[in-house]
Amino acid sequence: MTALLSVQNVGKRFGGFVALDGINLEVQPGERLGLIGPNGSGKSTLVNCICGTLRNEQGSVHFDGQLMNGLAAHERTHRGLSRSFQLPRPFPSLTLADNLRIPMLYTVHHRNGTPLHADNIDARCHELLQMVDLEKKARHLPRDLTQVEMRKLELARAMAAEPKLLIADEAMAGLSHSEIEDILALLMRLNESGITVIMIEHIMTAVMAFSQRLAVLVSGKKIADGKPEDVVRDPDVVRAYLGE
Amino acid sequence: MPLFILASIVVAIVIFILMRLPGIEYLFVAGYTIVQYIVLSTAWNILGGYCGYVNFGSAAFFALGAYSTVTLATFGLQLDELVPESMAPYFHLIFPLPIPVLIVIGGIVSGIVGFGTGYLTLRLRGAFFAIATLALSVVLATLVVNWDFVGGSGGAYVVRPGKFPGLGSYMQYLFLLMLGLAVLSVVLARWIERSRLGYGFAAIRDDELAAEASGVPTLRLKLIATTLSGALMGMAGAPFPYYIGYLAPASAFGLEYAVNSIAMPLIGGTTNWIGPVIGTILLGTLQQVTTVTISSAVNVLLVGVLLIAFVIIAPNGIVGLVQERLRARRQK
Ligand SMILES: Nc1ncnc2c1ncn2[C@@H]1O[C@H](COP(=O)(O)OP(=O)(O)OP(=O)(O)O)[C@@H](O)[C@H]1O
Ligand SMILES: [Mg+2]
Repeated sequence: MTALLSVQNVGKRFGGFVALDGINLEVQPGERLGLIGPNGSGKSTLVNCICGTLRNEQGSVHFDGQLMNGLAAHERTHRGLSRSFQLPRPFPSLTLADNLRIPMLYTVHHRNGTPLHADNIDARCHELLQMVDLEKKARHLPRDLTQVEMRKLELARAMAAEPKLLIADEAMAGLSHSEIEDILALLMRLNESGITVIMIEHIMTAVMAFSQRLAVLVSGKKIADGKPEDVVRDPDVVRAYLGE
Repeated sequence: MPLFILASIVVAIVIFILMRLPGIEYLFVAGYTIVQYIVLSTAWNILGGYCGYVNFGSAAFFALGAYSTVTLATFGLQLDELVPESMAPYFHLIFPLPIPVLIVIGGIVSGIVGFGTGYLTLRLRGAFFAIATLALSVVLATLVVNWDFVGGSGGAYVVRPGKFPGLGSYMQYLFLLMLGLAVLSVVLARWIERSRLGYGFAAIRDDELAAEASGVPTLRLKLIATTLSGALMGMAGAPFPYYIGYLAPASAFGLEYAVNSIAMPLIGGTTNWIGPVIGTILLGTLQQVTTVTISSAVNVLLVGVLLIAFVIIAPNGIVGLVQERLRARRQK
């Protein structure tokens, strides 16, 4: 079986600061991977390099058998990579429904050769908003949302691109217990429908409940990768978390 | 959409008929300027309002259209010296070029320069992009001042025929052409707004990183915007030498083009095609009135005061103010 995502020796610097140091990571089709690590360990930077928001100066990213290096972020999205931003970045002048319309119009629209019908897009927008419990605010602007709702919108927009691989960068921070359950169930359902998911999360109960595999970043290096229950007992991981 | 096109054409025809009724030729002279600004402010808004890229160089694109016309008109006058004798008869068949053709040529020239400018500057954001467009204006003005064929700093005369068959005065013909251009730009702007392109533009304006992550090819869309916007401005400039009769660099590259084409959409509202139209009619009419009653020098001051007032009272323009009210009512 060939990997859906293959990150090889990826390195990224900010000035003199090494944010990512030779990261190797493979994700198989249909897998649920948890990516954890202390604050500032480089998780979001890795997502940015995978999705083309940032350019890695070292190493390569392959997705679905294709080399991603040199492709713009939107080209990667078209090929089936989608991510949510850790700090939500909604389109502030567009209604929630129109926020979701953007990826549908620009990513899903021509994917299967036949353009989507306007009615289908409308229906799909509302379906997605319903999934994250925001359908009542479909015609509101993002500024009317709470921080928590903003995260849900961010996740819904990433889902709207109908990706093969969804990367959720801390989609659950600040959510209540029951809301976390809802989002977990949502991501599980997505995964069951065949979408590969990478979940970045500080909430360990959620990561442990969700992940089939766990990778750990510390100071730009991957220090562990394996079965979740083994990884959390790994002495290096324990030291990285407790020794801070 | 076809209904909207039809409606705008009907409105344009009604305006033209109403303007003919009093039999005052000056109405067309003043009206031309206002309608020309509808084209300019709508064109500016496609890049500035929809995509959020502020262009300070409207005058450059306008002047490019005007100087394309001057170049071709001058060429037409000097045909016998510039073209081999054997070819001259053929050239005489097509020169002088009719104004609609000049409009198309002006649009193509400015569209190409718009594309080039976009390509060179669109990696710049915010103030840096605005300054780059201002620089373009200065560079082009310098080139024109030093190009003797189009009159250099001294300017060039373009003889306007006195009459146009069927309409009477040539000024009315020019006005009618500009009215046609205004219909074209408004129809284009409204179409963009409701199309996939318009959603992409809005995403770019709001957040370029998020737009890219959603699959919007931001660079390509921005190039479409600079090209369309530049082309429309060039089209607005092409008939101008015939309107003014004598074109000097100072009038083609005038500050008022840059300032007005920004101020009019801002006052009217930038997110909707009607905004620039409302802003232009308000500000343009006011300027025509002050030009006649006080002096044209007051105009720039007037724009300044109005802009400050609007930034404070209605930062999203008149249309924004109305939309805000409607939204508040709907959510109650
Ligand atoms: N654009 C940037 N310029 C400079 N430094 C940056 C930039 N983005 C991230 N960094 C730095 O790189 C390091 C890794 O940041 P990153 O956001 O990837 O961490 P993270 O693992 O996602 O942390 P968190 O759990 O807090 O989200 C941090 O030290 C951060 O300060
Ligand atoms: Mg992060």
